[in-house]
Amino acid sequence: MSAHELISATASVLADRLARGEVSSVEVTQAHLDRIAAVDGELHAFLHVSAEALEAAAAVDRDRAGGAAMSPLAGVPVAIKDILCTYDMPSTAGSRILEGWVPPYDATVVKRLREARLVPLGKTNLDEFAMGSSTEFSAYGPTLNPWDLERIPGGSGGGSAAAVSAFEAPLALGSDTGGSIRQPAAVTGSVGMKPTYGGVSRYGAIALASSLDQVGPVTRSVLDAALLHDVIGGHDPHDSTSLTDAWPSFADAARAGAREGALKGVKVGVIKQLSGEGFQAGVRGRFAEALALMEAAGAELVEVSAPHFEYAIDAYYLILPAEASSNLAKFDSVRFGLRVNPPGGGTVEDVMAATRGAGLGPEVKRRIILGTYALSAGYYDAYYGSAQKVRTLIQRDFADAFAEVDVLVSPAAPTTAFKFGEKIDDPLAMYLNDVATIPANLAGVPGIGLPMGLAPEDGLPTGIQFMAPVREDARLYRVGAALEALLESSWGGPILRQSPMHPEAESNAISTKKGGD
Amino acid sequence: MAKADLMDFDKALELFEPVLGFEVHVELNTRTKMFSSAPNPANNEFHDAEPNTLLTPVCLGLPGSLPVVNEQAVRYSISFGLALGCQIASSSRFARKNYFYPDLSKNYQISQYDEPIAFDGSVEVELASGRTVTVGIERAHMEEDAGKLTHVGGATGRIQGAEYSLVDYNRAGVPLVEVVTKMITGAEHDAPELAKAYVAAIRDIVLALGISEARMERGNLRCDANVSLSPRGSGKLGTRTETKNVNSLRSVERAVRYEIQRQAAILHRGGTITQETRHWHEDTGTTSPGRPKSDSDDYRYFPEPDLLPVEPSAELIEQLRAALPEAPAVHRRRLKEAWGFTDLEFQDVANAGLLVELEETVAAGAAPAQARKWWTGEISRLANASSVDPASLVSPANVAALVALIEAGEITDRIAREVLEGVIAGEGTPAEVVEKRGLKVVSDDTLLIAAIDEALAAQPDVLEKIRDGKVQAAGAVIGAVMKAMKGQADAARVRELVLERANA
Amino acid sequence: MSETAALDSAQVAHLANLARIELSPDELEKLTGELGVILDSIAKVSEVATPDVPATSHPVPMSNVFRADEPGETLTTEQALSGAPEHDGTRFAVSAILGEEQ
Ligand SMILES: [Mg+2]
Ligand SMILES: [Zn+2]
Repeated sequence: MSAHELISATASVLADRLARGEVSSVEVTQAHLDRIAAVDGELHAFLHVSAEALEAAAAVDRDRAGGAAMSPLAGVPVAIKDILCTYDMPSTAGSRILEGWVPPYDATVVKRLREARLVPLGKTNLDEFAMGSSTEFSAYGPTLNPWDLERIPGGSGGGSAAAVSAFEAPLALGSDTGGSIRQPAAVTGSVGMKPTYGGVSRYGAIALASSLDQVGPVTRSVLDAALLHDVIGGHDPHDSTSLTDAWPSFADAARAGAREGALKGVKVGVIKQLSGEGFQAGVRGRFAEALALMEAAGAELVEVSAPHFEYAIDAYYLILPAEASSNLAKFDSVRFGLRVNPPGGGTVEDVMAATRGAGLGPEVKRRIILGTYALSAGYYDAYYGSAQKVRTLIQRDFADAFAEVDVLVSPAAPTTAFKFGEKIDDPLAMYLNDVATIPANLAGVPGIGLPMGLAPEDGLPTGIQFMAPVREDARLYRVGAALEALLESSWGGPILRQSPMHPEAESNAISTKKGGD
Repeated sequence: MAKADLMDFDKALELFEPVLGFEVHVELNTRTKMFSSAPNPANNEFHDAEPNTLLTPVCLGLPGSLPVVNEQAVRYSISFGLALGCQIASSSRFARKNYFYPDLSKNYQISQYDEPIAFDGSVEVELASGRTVTVGIERAHMEEDAGKLTHVGGATGRIQGAEYSLVDYNRAGVPLVEVVTKMITGAEHDAPELAKAYVAAIRDIVLALGISEARMERGNLRCDANVSLSPRGSGKLGTRTETKNVNSLRSVERAVRYEIQRQAAILHRGGTITQETRHWHEDTGTTSPGRPKSDSDDYRYFPEPDLLPVEPSAELIEQLRAALPEAPAVHRRRLKEAWGFTDLEFQDVANAGLLVELEETVAAGAAPAQARKWWTGEISRLANASSVDPASLVSPANVAALVALIEAGEITDRIAREVLEGVIAGEGTPAEVVEKRGLKVVSDDTLLIAAIDEALAAQPDVLEKIRDGKVQAAGAVIGAVMKAMKGQADAARVRELVLERANA
Repeated sequence: MSETAALDSAQVAHLANLARIELSPDELEKLTGELGVILDSIAKVSEVATPDVPATSHPVPMSNVFRADEPGETLTTEQALSGAPEHDGTRFAVSAILGEEQ
């Protein structure tokens, strides 16, 4: 395979070629490292590129040659969102306060990647502590959208989404607290899955909001997401909220979905509250086309109402800051991370305050203080307590809807990628980006985002989202793969084939000469 | 407050009624910590560990780490709750108590707030007079301990004036049960004694359950004492202070007495009591105010999202209830009978908080009377002299061994005291101390006879006197022989030999 | 239910102190305005949070998740101290506390 073929192939294709010995992991890994060297100077999807990737790849090749049994994705490179702890690479959460910190342990999902012999390529950029929808709040500078370098790649997982959609990595891990996997996927033309809460271990994922966070796959195809989910999912005794369920093969579910007829008789609920108002025209248009395609393939469309979804953002912006204010208290300059001594010394209290004042960015401070307020005596019932009740109401909305339909559907994000700076000073406008994705986090249900075409008005990717009842992740892979197959046959190939950063694109958005020589 | 400024205790009681409350923290002796599989330094197996060696990412609050509840700690807490006569909650939850402090690795403590595991119980506390007081238990909840700070620089090693501090997180995450009493009124003059007896009762309960080493000097059991005074006849509650850092039974009693006398003096002068935490100072026998905590008004409690509710089944609760040891009061009656002590003798031991020590000493083979003699006598005297609890000085096994050496005639009572000092000084078991210090009784008759001959040579008329029936004349010879033997002889045997000689 | 009034800068300063975040006067002013706007917009959660609605803390309800009381792998002291800004080889070092152990 040529270098272009190696980097544009999906993980499942690479896995097959690796298994057949047609290509080595070292070749695949080298091609991606070359690609990163060529484009990432400008794109800035990575905060750290592993120095050990080639060595890990060589070890896989050796073991494979020695006849060792290999898991399906062995030898395939993977990028890791920098919210996940890695013992051999800095883990910064996009914050100055953790600059250079190398944890003495691996997150469970990272451990599972290594055990399955995937090759970690490096750590991807994110909004500081995953607070944001644009990566503009990364302390290390934003990641650019591969489709248009003046636009945001979504957030918080903009780095993972950009890495995958710019062909720097076939697979990436993300984390999704209110849409940080699905919204970046929507605006970069990639696929992202937020599993059922508890389906994937949170151990070693630097916590933002414990009751909302989930780790999940970021890829260029539904099958790839399923393959990666199969590797990272399942019970972890280190995470008390981890489900003990025996999960089916998600890859099998995705393969079944790609077969003809998979949508026949599937009841798809279109959420009234998440399809009209506030959504960009091109998003609405592509969404209607996707629904029509599904209907034509035998799906039954039903409009469902979720009356409490309008309170979801409000509840979310109370629960998240409250939990985050407590989760982020540990960044105090004592055991790890930055220490700033105030002029003239001061007590440990002064040192903590100075460190946090200097080491945390504006959005993080905003949310910590908001959360401190929401939990404080006298306000708890009105804010945090009320938000937890809204959560119950949203769960009831989901339960009512799933009594009638198999999956719910909505656009994954209200708009295509916006320009840098457009919303950075307007927190409320920024928060609206997650309007469609937040309900799933509040209720714990799984959600998958995949491309649904380019908006005619700006030629930028739009994304669709499916949601299923808790524990029914496999259903999302089946339905997602089914729609993906329909869409790709209508487009004549994956949407990313149309990206200016596709390796075969006529005019590359980023001149690859820089890194090439 | 200087001792001279305190109000006389009896006068204070004339003017005010003391109201008490206690928060006792008990470190459980599970093998691992509350939320992490790190070894637990409150278990004897690990208590000697070097600083920062009993850690996982969870204990250090490393980013990404998550707590998982220790099942054994939950079972111990339920048993403890049952032994306190509490109800066990069918569903209880953990909560985060948020405040910044460098010994608290996450800057929040995982504790329980509105849904504790156990609530609404009572403990019977017996006083020296025979009076029994029922102390109501508000709640008992599970939580985690914090790390340990060492203050460096400055004059005293105390926090004030220190240049910097060092943190050892080994203790961070040690399982704790905090037992909170209801308000205790009516203790009157017995208030200080009740304080001590209450803590001793908690200690006896956890020892009987085997769920804590309960060594106050190691911090396994810690008491915060709340004291307030209500002016007689006013029907009004006074402002309370919370005295922390009280780490022996004796100090609990002293601290409560001190606070009563201090508060009474202030109130009598027309002053007001500040609601605050105070620190007990063992050396001066006084309390001093802690720094007012700026965060303490607002701990921002909320349900711990990383943990799930604890919902013990009725079967588990009944199984643990069935396995409870005898209630300490019942147990006490049984012991008194078995040991054959008079009321006074038994009270003596109970009041000294030495029942468990005595029991273990007897179990290790000592006669009850001997065990009592040593614990309430010499050991208590030494403990008093250095302001520690007797139990911290020597183990019951060593006391039993000491008694055995006396019974076997290998040492005398007088030598035994020296042996005891050696054991306390850490020189080993009684047998080892005897060996090392060369304290064995001279039991070789030929050596004794030689010494007797020498003594008789100096006092030739003694044999004659004995033969004339003045047996007490033997005393002079025995004294001389004991002196020559440096006390390491059995006086009874010497006497026998002298009388044999006279009657030969 | 308590009053959910807009915040003033003294309250924000108090919250920042509780959260141990030093703020410049500019930051304080900016945050006070922003938080007011955010709070206004999210205060409507209390509209539907009536007393009959139970609170949900965990999206997927579970209970009794326990660990056996068996010691596991521990960090070496070197690993434990590896990220510390200051230490003395065995313990973490912090500036003077001048406070009280809790
Ligand atoms: Mg307390
Ligand atoms: Zn406590």
